[in-house]
Amino acid sequence: MIYARALGDALRGALAADRRVILLGEDIADPYGGAFKVTRGLSTAFPDRVRATPISEGAITGVAAGLALAGYRPVVEIMFGDFLTLCFDQIVNHIAKYGAMYDGGVRCPVIVRTPSGGGRGYGPTHSQSLEKHFLGVPHLQVVAASLWHDPKALFARFLAGDAPVLHIEHKLLYPLTAGLAEVAPADPVTEEGSPGMPPTMSFRLVARESCRLTVIAYGYQAELVRRVVERLGVEEELFVELLVPAQIAPVDYEPLVASAAVTGRVLTVEEGASGWSWGTEIASELGRRLFGSLRRAPDVLTSSADVIPSAGDREAEVLVGERHIEAAIREAAR
Amino acid sequence: MTCATASGPARPPAASELERYRRLRQIRRFEETLLALFDEGVLNGTTHACIGQEADAVAVAEHLREGDHLFSNHRCHGHWLAWTGDAEGLLAEIMGKPSGACGGIGGSQHLCAPGFKSNGIQGGIVPAAAGIALAMQLDGGGAISVVFLGDGTFGEGAVYETLNLAALWGLPLLFVVEDNGWAQSTPRRRSIAGSIPARFEAFGIPVVAVESTDVTELSEAAGRAVAGCRARRGPQALVIGTYRLCHHSKNDDHRPREEVEARRASDPLHVHGRRLDPESRAAVDAAVEDWIAGVVERVRAR
Repeated sequence: MIYARALGDALRGALAADRRVILLGEDIADPYGGAFKVTRGLSTAFPDRVRATPISEGAITGVAAGLALAGYRPVVEIMFGDFLTLCFDQIVNHIAKYGAMYDGGVRCPVIVRTPSGGGRGYGPTHSQSLEKHFLGVPHLQVVAASLWHDPKALFARFLAGDAPVLHIEHKLLYPLTAGLAEVAPADPVTEEGSPGMPPTMSFRLVARESCRLTVIAYGYQAELVRRVVERLGVEEELFVELLVPAQIAPVDYEPLVASAAVTGRVLTVEEGASGWSWGTEIASELGRRLFGSLRRAPDVLTSSADVIPSAGDREAEVLVGERHIEAAIREAAR
Repeated sequence: MTCATASGPARPPAASELERYRRLRQIRRFEETLLALFDEGVLNGTTHACIGQEADAVAVAEHLREGDHLFSNHRCHGHWLAWTGDAEGLLAEIMGKPSGACGGIGGSQHLCAPGFKSNGIQGGIVPAAAGIALAMQLDGGGAISVVFLGDGTFGEGAVYETLNLAALWGLPLLFVVEDNGWAQSTPRRRSIAGSIPARFEAFGIPVVAVESTDVTELSEAAGRAVAGCRARRGPQALVIGTYRLCHHSKNDDHRPREEVEARRASDPLHVHGRRLDPESRAAVDAAVEDWIAGVVERVRAR
């Protein structure tokens, strides 16, 4: 099953299981079913609880805040991750704050989902991965979709909890086949991680002790890394371990430390622009925790700090792709 | 304390003229006492007093009932006191005591009680109040959501997005505008083009407009606005022309002195107090002095 369908099914299941679940978003209603068709069929099945909204990202996120304060479980779709800038006030100064600033007197468990990332030629304002600007916002969980994390299990976890969640969905994941069995049928993917945290998936062709590098990636980049890791392992016997967390902030460091302590080398990969990023934070923390046992300073691979061009060849120069990943792995594993 | 649900407190609704005066006086003395405590160095941070605007809060709150929800802004003490009546929880909060309404974390402008919330971001509370109204619509009861905003807040885009949504979806949301003519230090003529009521009318939202600091007149207007919102199960505006007789926060008033002095004649305590016989009024004044002294003493001792 493709990821978009698996996610749509997860949302359908959530709506069916709990009448407090409300979906809000631009153009999410049938027959259109959302810009990426994730919610197709849901407004027909749940007409009162799946609402298409005006083009008002700030207000619909704020309305979701009010719904959540009143006991509902709103899930907001922001049509493009680039538009998260229009929700920044609601997420940072309202949704993520209410619980703590009222000393635990309320909960505001809003889930904001958004398609992010490039590779479709949509240009500078419809291709970005802006999630780094939300990393480190106190009391906000930032979670990235991947082909290995079952959206049904993730959304069940969100809806059972009290925390606000920003769910980043790279738009190139939507048409890809999802599920552990389908993506890497022959190779072992294991679940790691601390209790109470969404699992971090580990993919390696050989024992950890035989891996020269730990690569940490999320979302669509994790899928690109998997392809490179598989190719380098099979063709060149250059073995590395890929770790794919679902929750990218706060970070569950335990599985990262466990792997990097053995391989001695770390590379992070993300599609966001370089500087002040997810990878630099992880590199800093792992460098601190494993100082002395790492064989080189952690490496960080990001996209260029530039606008994302519409032209296909120029977009591919700016955004992290398989060739950048391969070069970075060779360099880090030297 | 938990304030997770939208259900509001039950303060005695209908107020006699004397009771209204007592409520005005309590808010006034609370704010004055707060400013004195700041000068004394007992309080941390800042505050925004509502001196001169007390009648708005008292008038609106007396038409609300259990289950209604009130969302307020940075200038929220009057709204809090009129709706929750919890002066000690508020003072303890502003004094930073763990026993304060929000454990001393929220302070003056981030308050929470059953049926009440405030936040210090201009405009951002308006869609949240609409979300609470949507919850009320989905719940199917007769409750309404009320949001207080100032004239200065009409510079914020979130307000207009919410006006559109509230009208489209027929949300039971009452917008109460306290237009005091000044957005911090910026006069209305430099911050607002056009008319505030016309903004609501453009979205098809009915408006009750009143220029007054008279709690009786305001209560009549608020009663019509609340009743309209409740009866139609749709958005409604109440636009109040008022005036702030104190500085914006603390020691930051650069308005023309003669303008402020001229408005003292319409101090809501004088306007309403004139109706009362002097003896009863003096008795209320004395009782409120005892009340505020008791509040301060008990909270200091916490």
